Amino acid sequence: MTASPTTLAQKIVARAAGRPSVAPGEIVTARVDLAMIHDSGGPRRVEPILQDLGVGLFDANKVVLISDHFVPGDTDEGARILELTRQWAAQRKVAFHDGEGICHVVLPERGHLAPGMLVVGGDSHSPTGGAFGAYMFGVGATEMAGVLATGEIWLKVPETILIEWRGRLSDGVTAKDIMLALCGRLGMDGGKYQAVEYAGEAIAALSMQERMTLSNMAAELGGQAGLIAPDGVTAAFLQDAGSDPAGWGDWQSLRTDPGAKLLEHHIFEAGDLAPQVAAPHSPANSGPVGDAPATPVDVAYLGACTGAKYQDLANAARILKGRRVASGVELLVAPASRRDQDRAARDGIMAVLEEAGAKLLPNACGICAGYGTARLGEDVTCISSTARNFKGRMGAASSKVWLGSPLTVAASAVAGRITDPRLMLAEHAGGAA
Amino acid sequence: MSADKSLSGRVFLFGDDIDTDQLAPGQYMKGGIAALAAHCLEGVRPDFAASVAPGDVVVAGRNFGMGSSREQAAEALKHLGVAGVVALSFAGIFYRNAINLGLPVLTAPSLADLTEGERVHLDLDNGRIERAGEKPALPLDPLPDNLKALLADGGLVPHLKKRFAQERQKEQGR
Repeated sequence: MTASPTTLAQKIVARAAGRPSVAPGEIVTARVDLAMIHDSGGPRRVEPILQDLGVGLFDANKVVLISDHFVPGDTDEGARILELTRQWAAQRKVAFHDGEGICHVVLPERGHLAPGMLVVGGDSHSPTGGAFGAYMFGVGATEMAGVLATGEIWLKVPETILIEWRGRLSDGVTAKDIMLALCGRLGMDGGKYQAVEYAGEAIAALSMQERMTLSNMAAELGGQAGLIAPDGVTAAFLQDAGSDPAGWGDWQSLRTDPGAKLLEHHIFEAGDLAPQVAAPHSPANSGPVGDAPATPVDVAYLGACTGAKYQDLANAARILKGRRVASGVELLVAPASRRDQDRAARDGIMAVLEEAGAKLLPNACGICAGYGTARLGEDVTCISSTARNFKGRMGAASSKVWLGSPLTVAASAVAGRITDPRLMLAEHAGGAA
Repeated sequence: MSADKSLSGRVFLFGDDIDTDQLAPGQYMKGGIAALAAHCLEGVRPDFAASVAPGDVVVAGRNFGMGSSREQAAEALKHLGVAGVVALSFAGIFYRNAINLGLPVLTAPSLADLTEGERVHLDLDNGRIERAGEKPALPLDPLPDNLKALLADGGLVPHLKKRFAQERQKEQGR
């Protein structure tokens, strides 16, 4: 008897639940392979609960702590929270990355992730780990405390929503454009808290960091996880990050079998996609940038786990090379990790950004999550490479945030208004000829 | 009317996609829950924290609690005494957080003609919203057994305490 075809999500959940197979809709208890926490939802919230329960960590080797929300600790309260975070890391003897970047970027870059893992993160953008073929999802602090105490979590075995992108993206169109288009097409609850899986030629052609943007924003689709079957690109990235393939098990079998039962199967043509922007105050208010009014902007923000990785900075530099930010526009850059920033500096990318007039902010969540001193003021209009433009999230309730790819953010900073980056890319190409 | 006496709460009606930045605004996250709860939902309804009272029921459309994993979004509602949230659908993380904190969250197939300020009672035992006068109770979707058990214990922390105590007792009995 041959096993019936199953989804990638089912395979990972079944293994973690210690079961030969699982069916969508079943409620199972799974063993957690890794738990990631940060300074906001982490020690300050979970330690009192662990004390109340009178227990320690289920396994300190399976816990990673990353400070990113209150970095750089430039307020009394933020500094106090960071101090508490550091003390806890030392006491509990967990892996700790302090001020080195945003958790979703630091976790894989330091080799903590592997295909097939079941991982929980104390942050809503935790689906980012799905780009590596791990079933990773976000939980709140109390649930995280429960995981830290027991090493277990319950979950409802997810259905899979397969999102296939055929063909190839054209130049100037990126993973962020895919996600903004999907938010518009499927809605902020289109993921139905099930497993979203991205597949197809256009996805296979993406770099690892572009794939991370897709998985990250499964959160904006309301999916529990955002999976991509691991392949050679995944393996190369993880090995480079210090992860040992010997520990990955039979990772090449981690894919959705042909004929596996899907909840939905969406097919898109990548070549038809234009750069997208999302108007205030929802990522679902999206459409081609060419259809959007040429709205003047005050601030252009390249930041966040989904918009300031090495690849994002490199994309922005393609536009900004030899250009200056428009008068009256502030271009703020918060590289997603120190390592990505260092690499971008070595490759001359940071110099291009700075020569264009960019102001550098710490490697932290920053204004994407409403933290820090650069929060948007009253009536400020911002074009941002982040994931969410909910009212008031990045500052004053009267501020207006448009979302776009790093290319679109850079082009808009130069033009002083929301602009299609392809025009500037074409100019560069023309100039080089 | 004696039937109406038990209708201890009022309906606070909201639309679709109420996000966690509305429930727990980022700029107040550094303070305690009391300070944060005072700003709960002020972006969509400035008087919410001041006017909501114990027993009241938050009723909303689709995807309530979308956005961040911050459980203060659910904690703020609980702190204000909200008896529970009834919505057409919830964002997944918010839903789990609410149950873990002991805040009842229930989906309803339809919100019928529930109106703002209407007197109601959230009847968890029978899975329905009781309404005044001749209006039939509004049925709610049943919770899975594991979540019923969590809510009955008052949330995840008391649930785990009970489990750990039972495990210790078993070990001692050996």
